Amino acid sequence: MNGILVDGKAMERKGGPQVLQGEVEAECEVTVPNTEGLHSRPIMRFVDAASTFQSRIQVENLTLGHEPVDGKSAMQMMLLEATQGSKLRIQASGPDADEAVATLSALVEGGFDADATRRG
Amino acid sequence: MEIFRGISVAPGVAIAEAVVLEAEEYRIPYRTVPEGEVPREIALLDEAFHKSIEELGKQEEWLNDHLGRDAANVFEWHIGVLKDPALRSGIEKLIREQRSSAAYGASTVMRNYQRRFMQMTDPLLVERMRDVQDIERRLLRHILGESREDINHLTQPVILIAHDLTPTQTAQLANTKVVGVALDAGAATSHTAILLRSWGRPGVIGLNDISIRVSGGDLVIIDGIHQLVIANPDETTLEEYRARQTAYIRLTDELDELADLPAVTRDGCRILLHSNIEFPQEAAVGVAKGSDGIGLYRTEFLFLQKQEPPSEEEQYEAYCDAIRGAGDCPVTIRTFDLGADKYTQQRQYEQERNPMLGLRSIRYSLRNLDLFKVQLRAILRAAVHGDVRLMFPLINSLMEYRQAKMTVHDAMEDLEEVGLPVAREIPIGMMLETPAAAVQVVEFCREVAFISIGSNDLIQYLLAVDRGNERVSTLFSASHPAVLRTLRDSIRACTKAGVDCSLCGEMAGQPLYTMFLVGAGLRTLSMAPANIPEIKKLIRAVTLPQAQRVARRALGFDTDGQVTNYLRSETRKMLPGDPI
Repeated sequence: MNGILVDGKAMERKGGPQVLQGEVEAECEVTVPNTEGLHSRPIMRFVDAASTFQSRIQVENLTLGHEPVDGKSAMQMMLLEATQGSKLRIQASGPDADEAVATLSALVEGGFDADATRRG
Repeated sequence: MEIFRGISVAPGVAIAEAVVLEAEEYRIPYRTVPEGEVPREIALLDEAFHKSIEELGKQEEWLNDHLGRDAANVFEWHIGVLKDPALRSGIEKLIREQRSSAAYGASTVMRNYQRRFMQMTDPLLVERMRDVQDIERRLLRHILGESREDINHLTQPVILIAHDLTPTQTAQLANTKVVGVALDAGAATSHTAILLRSWGRPGVIGLNDISIRVSGGDLVIIDGIHQLVIANPDETTLEEYRARQTAYIRLTDELDELADLPAVTRDGCRILLHSNIEFPQEAAVGVAKGSDGIGLYRTEFLFLQKQEPPSEEEQYEAYCDAIRGAGDCPVTIRTFDLGADKYTQQRQYEQERNPMLGLRSIRYSLRNLDLFKVQLRAILRAAVHGDVRLMFPLINSLMEYRQAKMTVHDAMEDLEEVGLPVAREIPIGMMLETPAAAVQVVEFCREVAFISIGSNDLIQYLLAVDRGNERVSTLFSASHPAVLRTLRDSIRACTKAGVDCSLCGEMAGQPLYTMFLVGAGLRTLSMAPANIPEIKKLIRAVTLPQAQRVARRALGFDTDGQVTNYLRSETRKMLPGDPI
C-alpha cells in the first residue's frame, strides 16, 4: 500500500523516488489549527515559504487519504482540501529537507500568522 | 465519451462541435492545430501566462492602494496558480502531445480543476471553482485576443452550451448557426424552454453542470428524443447517431405531409390545432405546419428584445405582420404577460421576494395603464385587418377582468376620437390559469367571449411548484389527479355555458395528454408549431369514444405516476414506433 513502483522495483514512498545519494529526507505530521482551513492566503504563505527551499516538498492530507501533492504548487495545495483539524504530513527530500520541514510545520501550527512566516 | 441526462425541449438529433457560452462569451475557434503550428500555440500560451500575471500584479497593486490588503489578497492565489510551473507544463503537454490549440488545452486543464473543486465537501473550497473559472477566462482572453468571437458571427454549425440563456439571448438564436442547445439550468416550462421549443432545433436543459464539463470544440450529440447529451462520442455511438439523425429527418418529412390534412378523429370530430407564437414571423410558420390559427401570440417578447417599451406604431406593425402571416386564420393576441420570469429591460433589477405571486401579467398591466392602453390601441387598430381576438393573461377575479375590459373600451374611445378605424366587435376573453379562476369559471363564463386554459401556470399554482426551480421541478406534473380534475371541471363548465374553450400550455403539445384533453371535451388545442404534425397524426388515429374512455379512466387514478403510465401505454398503442 505504502510503496511506489519505480523501474519495476518497489520503493518506500518516504523519501520519494527521486532521492539522490547524500540527500536528506525529513517528514512530520501537523494539524491545521485555523478555522478557515488552508484557504488562499495561508496556501500562498506555505507555497512561498516552500519555494525558498531546494528540497522537493510534498504534502499529504492524512485525514482524507488522497495522494500527496506538490507543496510548491498553489493549485495542488488548494486541492489538498485541508480544513480545520485536517492532519497533514509534510515530507521534504533534498539538501535542506530538515530545515524545510521545520519551517513549514511551524508555519502551519502557528496558524500562518505573519510572524511565523518571518521566523521561517 | 460522457453522457448527460436532462429535459428535452424539442425533439430531433443534432451533431456538431460545442461552443461554450460563458458570461464573457468566449468561443474557442479550433480545437487542434497542425503539427507545424505547435510552436506558435506554445508561444501564445507563454504570452498569455505572462500577460495574465502582469495584469493581475497591477490589479493587486491597485486594489492594495485603493481598497487595502484584504481586497488585494483575493488575487494573490490567482497569481500563485499562474506562476505554478506544473500548470503551464500540463497545458503545454496537451499542445505537444495532442496538438491541442493553446485555448483548448488551457480550457481543458482548467475545467478538470473546476470539476475537482466542485466535488469537494467544504463550501469554501467549492467556491474556488469560480476562481479557477476566472483564471481560465483570463487566459483565454489573452490567448484569443482579437479573435474571440460571439455567437452572432459563427461560420459553421455549432451546439451551444451554457449555464443558462436569457429569453433575449434565446430569441436571437434563430439568426445564428446554432443547431442545438444544452443548458445547465432550466425546467421544461421555463420561458427559455418555450422559446427553444418554438425555435424547433434539438435542445436539452436541466443538465446541472454540462457547461463546465464540456469544452469549446468538443464534439457533442444532442438527442432531443431521449433527453440525452453525449460529449466526445466514440466511433460506434457517432455512427449510430448519424443514422438516427437521418431517420428523424425522414419522420419529420413524413409528418410534414400531414400539413394539408385536417386534424379529424377517425369518426369525424374536427379538432382545431392552433399555434403558440412569440414573433410575428412565426405566424406563417405555424400555418405552414398545418395549424388552424394562432391560439396564443405572446406579445411580451416585443418588450424583451429592446431597451425601450415598443411604441404604438411598432406594436401595430408587429400585430399586422402576424395577422397577415396567419392569412385567413384567426389570431388570438394576448396582452403583455410581464413580470415574474419575464421582465422588461428596465424592471429586471427590481427584485420581488416572490415574483410568481407578485406584480406580474395583467396585474402589471393594470398598474401601468399608460403602457397597457398603448398596447390595446395597437391591437384594436390591427384587428381591423383580420380575424383577431383579444385575451388577458392571469385573470384571477371578476373585478380584474372588468377593469381590463373597461380599459379596452377607453382605448376604443380614444381611437374613435381621432378618427382611426377600430375593431369594435373584437371578441374579448381570458386565460384561465389560477385556481381561483378555475373555481369561479361559471361566473366568468357569463362575461367572457372565450376561455383559454394556460396549463403551465395553472399547474404551478395548483400544485404550489415553481416550475423554474430545478430542485422541485420534477414535482410539476400535468398528470397530477388534481390537475386533471380541475381541467375536466373547467372544460365542462365552458361547454355547458357555450363558451369557446381551448388550452394553450405545454400539455397541448404533448402527445401523452392529447387523448385526455379531447376526451374531456376540448376541441381546440394551441401549441408550438413544431408539435402540430405529431398531435395531428395522433388525433387522426383515434375516435372520440376512444378518447372519452381514456379521459374517464385517467380521472380514476389516485397518483400522477399511475396517470402517466396509463396515458403512455394508451398513446403508444396509437402511435406505435413513435417516441413518446
